[in-house]
Amino acid sequence: MKTSTVLLITLAVIGVIAPLTGLYPQFLMKCVALALFAVAFNFFTGNIGLLSIGHAAFFGMGAYAAGFATKAWSFTPELALVLSLLVGVALGIVMGGMAIRRQGIYFAMITLALAQMVYFVCVQAPFTGAEDGLQRIPRRSLFGLIDLSNDLVMYTFVLVLLIAAVWGFQRIMESPFGQVLLAIRDNEPRAISLGYDVQKYKLSAFTMSAAIAGLAGGVKALTLGFAGLPDAHWTQSGNVILMCLLGGLGTPLGPVIGAILVVALESRLSGLGVVQIGPFALDLSSKVPIIIGFIFMVCVLLFRRGIVGEISAAFASAKARQSPAADAEKKSMAS
Amino acid sequence: MFDIPLQVLLGQITIGLVNGCFYAILSLGLALIFGLLNVINFAHGALYMLGAFGVYLAMQKLGVNYWWSLLLVPIVVGAFGAMIERLLLRRLVGLDHLYGLLFTFGLALVLEGIFRDIYGSAGLPYPPPPALRGLIDLGFMRLPIYRVWIVVASLLVCFATWFLIERTRLGSYLRAGTENAKMVQALGINVPLMVTFVYALGAALAAFAGVLAAPIYQVQPLMGSNILIITFAVVVIGGLGSTAGAIATGLALGVIEGLSKVFYPEVSSTIVFIVMAIVLLVRPAGLFGREA
Repeated sequence: MKTSTVLLITLAVIGVIAPLTGLYPQFLMKCVALALFAVAFNFFTGNIGLLSIGHAAFFGMGAYAAGFATKAWSFTPELALVLSLLVGVALGIVMGGMAIRRQGIYFAMITLALAQMVYFVCVQAPFTGAEDGLQRIPRRSLFGLIDLSNDLVMYTFVLVLLIAAVWGFQRIMESPFGQVLLAIRDNEPRAISLGYDVQKYKLSAFTMSAAIAGLAGGVKALTLGFAGLPDAHWTQSGNVILMCLLGGLGTPLGPVIGAILVVALESRLSGLGVVQIGPFALDLSSKVPIIIGFIFMVCVLLFRRGIVGEISAAFASAKARQSPAADAEKKSMAS
Repeated sequence: MFDIPLQVLLGQITIGLVNGCFYAILSLGLALIFGLLNVINFAHGALYMLGAFGVYLAMQKLGVNYWWSLLLVPIVVGAFGAMIERLLLRRLVGLDHLYGLLFTFGLALVLEGIFRDIYGSAGLPYPPPPALRGLIDLGFMRLPIYRVWIVVASLLVCFATWFLIERTRLGSYLRAGTENAKMVQALGINVPLMVTFVYALGAALAAFAGVLAAPIYQVQPLMGSNILIITFAVVVIGGLGSTAGAIATGLALGVIEGLSKVFYPEVSSTIVFIVMAIVLLVRPAGLFGREA
């Protein structure tokens, strides 16, 4: 079976089981929106190897676009989401066009600075509601037919979007286009010498990633009914990096798992409030950034491949132990 | 010109120059660390914040005055930086430089989180030392003495660092180390020690800026994260080619930002990023950059 098909089935199974376990639909929808965001981020950074610290700009603007269009122009949800995708595309072309001119760490800093510019625009622009954000964004009904005000219906809808995105990105990576992206990551000068227009490939990948990040913002705005400055703030870019790093950067399912873990961690910790341990009272809700930062450091120092990456690496080495021939083959390939 | 009083214009240029000094010191430290460690130090803003909290806490808890803090706080923060480099950052040598960035990102979250947890997000005031209070009357404008002091002290420190890097033997080792660490190591120079020294120096510079900033800005846990992103833009605009470039670009951008507050205030918070976008389109390597 193709990897993309396996992924499709795995995600569908997890997604269908989740609401049966009694988890809040709000929580699940937040997981789906952020998983979509992480998958989009992973498509670019995981496969091209360039770190973007500006993806919050797409997410935030996508959320504002969907929220504003729904509230002010009475857009239906599907049109609002298309709009947030298009906003992602437009921003992605502009930001990507500038950032891919530079390599490595410069790329990271440029995306961050450009995203900060977008953030300041969001602070001042009339359509964002400044500090208050856009609240009580209505969901309306899909194609004017399916009422999305029911949480379970909404959840199913966004789950389908997530599965489609994961499957689509995986299909892209299996296509010749995706193979060129991997070639660029592994050896850019060689890809150039083979005659590929590397800049164009990078920009296309960046724009696709930005498009889905924008869509994720739109999904977030519609499901939770809120779009605000935190969505566009650079800490949101940091969050998505953490999700991918924790789950496994470059793996197709890692970002989804990372997103679920981070959302669960944040809601658990802030939900716990003050915890009494003997004579010490510990207010966990205020410790969230510290704990997140600490996880960051531990991930980078100890398990850089992330959860999915470590598991598949463990599987690979177990397989290699079983068949020495495969191991020898691997070694000869490595050398 | 545009009906703007000269006083206001000069006042904003002064404020811009002061901000430019902070950008210059911070981007200088960032450039030094990047040069030898190949790490974009995301914790630089947090180290700057540590400097500001350092001078505040030294006064509150230990009764140490401003002048001693100006000397001691950078040393303490520098030692903290050396420890971080020795114990943790060192483990990332040889890996993709993104991991250094992500690690220091986490470090910044932890440091800022701890201070926010203890002191909240509200700013804490710190009075300027008695000797630096008051104004100088130049006839056409009044200049707060403390701002003049910031400019003088920053330029002195920047010049000293520039001199250390560009004109001393240690500096030539450092510059050689950024070109080819293995070769320098082979020549019998202790490169790992040099790396620790550079991180400590960068941290001390950031803390020095923080101490200078405490009396004019409020001491606040997140004060570093916003200035850090502007510093990144400064680094992109200047290019990491030269120490002098980092200093000049930092100062110039501070002044440009100050001027934008007079002529078009709405754009003042983004002007640095707009300049960055323009420079990138015209000269992707940055104004002083060497790489193509």
